[in-house]
Amino acid sequence: MRITTARRIAQAFFFALFVWLCVVATVGTRLWQWRGWPIRWFLELDPLVALGTALTTRSLFPGLFWAFATIALTILLGRVFCGWVCPFGSIHHFVGWLAQRSRPLKRRIEANRYHRAQAVKYCLLAALLAAALLPVGRMMLGSLQTGLLDPIPLVNRSFNLAVLSVADLAAGNWAGAGRFYSGAGLVGAVFLALVLLNVAVPRFYCRFICPLGALLGVIGRVSPWGIGARRAKCTECGVCDLNCAGACNPMGPIRPSECLMCMNCLDDCPSVEPIAYGPRPSPAGEITSPGMSRRDFVISVAAGLAVVPLARLGGATANDWPAGMIRPPGAVAEEEFLARCVKCSECVRVCPTNVLQPAGLSWGWEALWTPALNNRIGTSGCQSNCIACGHACPTGAIRPLTLDEKLGRGGFEAAGPIRIGLAFVDRGRCLPWAMERPCIVCEETCPVSPKAIHLEEVEQTIREGATVRLQRPVVDPARCTGCGVCEHECPMSGQRAIRVTADNETRDRSHAVLLHHEKQ
Amino acid sequence: MIPPDPGPGPVATRREFFRRGLRAGAAIAATGGLGAWLWNRHPPGDFGRTQASDPRKDFAVRAAGPRMAIATGRDRAAMLRRALAAMGGIERFIGRGDRVMLKVNAAFATPAILGATTHPDLVAELARLCRAAGAASVIVTDNPINSPESCFELTGIGAAARASGAGLFVPRQGSFRAGTLPGGRLIRDWPVLDEPFAGVTKLIGVAPVKGHQRAGASMTMKNWYGLLGGRRNQFHQDIDGIIVELAMLVKPTLVVLDGTDSMMTNGPTGGSLADLKATNTLIVATDPVAADACGATLLGKTFRDLPYLVRAGEMGLGTADFESLHPARVPAQAS
Repeated sequence: MRITTARRIAQAFFFALFVWLCVVATVGTRLWQWRGWPIRWFLELDPLVALGTALTTRSLFPGLFWAFATIALTILLGRVFCGWVCPFGSIHHFVGWLAQRSRPLKRRIEANRYHRAQAVKYCLLAALLAAALLPVGRMMLGSLQTGLLDPIPLVNRSFNLAVLSVADLAAGNWAGAGRFYSGAGLVGAVFLALVLLNVAVPRFYCRFICPLGALLGVIGRVSPWGIGARRAKCTECGVCDLNCAGACNPMGPIRPSECLMCMNCLDDCPSVEPIAYGPRPSPAGEITSPGMSRRDFVISVAAGLAVVPLARLGGATANDWPAGMIRPPGAVAEEEFLARCVKCSECVRVCPTNVLQPAGLSWGWEALWTPALNNRIGTSGCQSNCIACGHACPTGAIRPLTLDEKLGRGGFEAAGPIRIGLAFVDRGRCLPWAMERPCIVCEETCPVSPKAIHLEEVEQTIREGATVRLQRPVVDPARCTGCGVCEHECPMSGQRAIRVTADNETRDRSHAVLLHHEKQ
Repeated sequence: MIPPDPGPGPVATRREFFRRGLRAGAAIAATGGLGAWLWNRHPPGDFGRTQASDPRKDFAVRAAGPRMAIATGRDRAAMLRRALAAMGGIERFIGRGDRVMLKVNAAFATPAILGATTHPDLVAELARLCRAAGAASVIVTDNPINSPESCFELTGIGAAARASGAGLFVPRQGSFRAGTLPGGRLIRDWPVLDEPFAGVTKLIGVAPVKGHQRAGASMTMKNWYGLLGGRRNQFHQDIDGIIVELAMLVKPTLVVLDGTDSMMTNGPTGGSLADLKATNTLIVATDPVAADACGATLLGKTFRDLPYLVRAGEMGLGTADFESLHPARVPAQAS
C-alpha cells in the first residue's frame, strides 16, 4: 500500500470519528448517543488547548494530558497531526483537491509554492499566546482567545452549531431536541468562508492562519526524521509541488515547519527516489526558521499583550458584569472562566434542552461563542437533574459536578444548591399582578422543592364589578436556583413576565443578593 | 546544472541523527514532565477561593477600666479636652510610640456644617492630643460611600489631618482582606479593611450623632460599617445583626461621639441645616455601646428603641445602661 493511501485512510477514519463524536454529543444511552463515548477526545488531543489553558491558569485540566501524545508524535515525526489526523485539515485537503484537480498543472504547482505570508500564522500564535500569558484582573489570569482560530475548537463549534444543526433540521429533528443556536449563522459563515478559501489556495487556512499548525511547526523543528530531496538525482521538474499540502518546498531547501507530512511528493516524483523520507537534515538543505522576522514577532506579542487589558476596560469582568449572561451550572467565576473556555461549544451541543447558547458580541468580544443560557430559545430551562455540560467541558471552565453538588444534598447541604441566577417577577407584565387574570404557570412549574415561588392570594374587584381571587407569584431568593424553567413556561411569549438574571449566582461571591446565613 | 549535494546546513550523518534523536527524546521527556507537574495544580474554581483570615481588631486598653465622660458646650475641641481630662487624661490610653488610627465617619462628600460626617475640628484636636501624648503617628481613614477623595476633601477631614500632621489613608481595592468573624453569621469570607491597620496600636472611633432610617440611629457602632468592603449594602437586610457583629469585630481604645449638633431627620445623609438640632453634647467613652446609648437620648430615644444596642448589651459587648458606668459630666466652662 502506498503511504498516501494509508494517509487518506487515516484522514477518513479520523474525520468520520470526529463527526461521530459530534453526533453522539447528545444526552442519552442509545448507541448514537453519549453513553460513554469520549466526546472531548479531539479537543483533549489539541496541544493548543492544553498550552493555552496551562498559560492562563498555571494548571493542566486532567484530560488535556492527551495533548502530550500529539506533542510527542510531532517531536518525533513532524506535523503528522495536521496531515493525517486533524479533521479540519482533512476538510481543507479534500475541498482543495476538489477545487484544484481540473486546473492546469502549471497553475497547481504555482498555487503550492511557498508564500512568505505563511509566516502570518506564527504571528497569530504569538499574539494569542501573549494574550493568554498576561495576568489581568483580580485573579491575575490570562484571557484564552485561542479558541477563536484553533482548528479543533473551530471545527467542533462549526459542526456542533451549524453543520449538524442544518443536517438535523433537514432530517426533521432527528436528534430529538430542537437545534436552534443564536449566532449559528456567524459560526457557519466563518466556517464556510474558511473552507471556500481552498478554491483560491489549497489548505489556505492551514498555511496562513492555523495557530495550532504554527505551534506544531515550531515543535516539529526538532524531529529527527523528515522529507528530503537528493538533488543529484533531481531533474527540477517541480512536480513535487503539484499536490504539496503544506507549500513547504520539498525540492529543497525544504521548510520542515510547513511540511504537513502528506507524502504526496514521494508519490508524485517521477524520478528514481530523489525525494525520500529519512533522517534530517534534508540533503538538499532546510530552512527551519518560521519566516517570521524579529520585528513581526515583537509586534505580534505586543498586540496580544495589549488587546486583553483593552477589552477589560469595558468593565464586564468588574462592576459592569452583564446580568443577562447566565453561565451554566458549575461554571467557574468569570475571570477564570475566560481563562479556561476555548469556545468549542461542546457544552452547548450536549445540553438536552438547547437552553445553552453560544454568546454573541453583546457581552464583549472576550465572551464571544462562550456558553450562556437563553430561556426563550430551548425546550425548557436548565434541568435540575442534568449535569451534562460540566462533563462535556474539556478544560474545566464548567466544573464536572455531581448531582449531589448541583442540588445541594449528600454532603453538600451546607453549601446549598448551585445557583446560576435569580428569577424576577415583572409585575407590569404578569397576568395576575397587572391584568387581573389568574395564571401561576411559573409557580406550578418551579422544580425546586420546596418551591422557590410562592403565591400571595388577593380578592380583587375587577372592571366589571365582579370579585376575582388572584394568586400572585413571589420569588424567594433563598430557594431560587435560576434554572429558568419559570421564564421558559411564562405565557408572555414576547418578553416574559418572569425573567432570570445572573444575580445571586453561586460562582461569584460578589454577585450575592442574600446574606451568608440565608443560603440554604 | 544541478547543484551537487550537500546543501546548506549539517549533513545527515549517523552522528547527526544520534544528536537529533537525543534532542527529541529530551524534548518529549521535558514536555511530559512539565505536563505532569502542571497536572490539575489548580482545579477549576481554585482561583475564586479565598483564604479567610480572622479580621478582629482589638485595641482596647483594659487596664484603664470602663470610663466615660459627657461634656456639654459648643466648642468641640474644648469639650474633647475636658472630657478626656475627666477620664484621667488621654495619657491613660495613648502612650509614647503608639501608632493611632482615627476611624472617622467620612461617608458623604458634604461640608462639615451639615453634620453628616465627623467634624474636622475633632479630627484636628484628637490628632494633636495624641501627638502630645507621645504617639509616633496618627492616621485618619474611612471607606466612604461617595467618592473617597471628594469625601475627605469636602468634609474638611483631609485638610484637618494635614494641618495636624496626621496621615490620611484612602482605601484602594487591595486594601481589604477577606475575613470570617469567629461566631459571626454575616461577616463570613467578607472583605474587611486591613492595609492601614499595619503597625497600628490604638484605634479611636469618631462619629457624629445621626438618626438613621434603617438602623434608627448611626453613632459610634454604626461607624465601623466603614471598615467593610465589598457590596456591603446587602447587610441592610439585617442592619441590627451587622452592627452587633461589627461590635464583635472591633474593640476600640476610645470612641468620641459628637452630639454638638444631632441629625434628627433624613439621616444618615441629611443635606439641610433644618435636619440638625443643637444638642450641645460630646461623649467620650471606652465602651461604644454605652456611648451610643447615651447618644440615643440626644435623638429623643433610649437604648431600648435601638435593637442593636439591646442585643449588644445582652451579649456583653458593652453596657447599654450607660448610667451604671457613672459617667463624668463636664459642664461648659465660662471662658
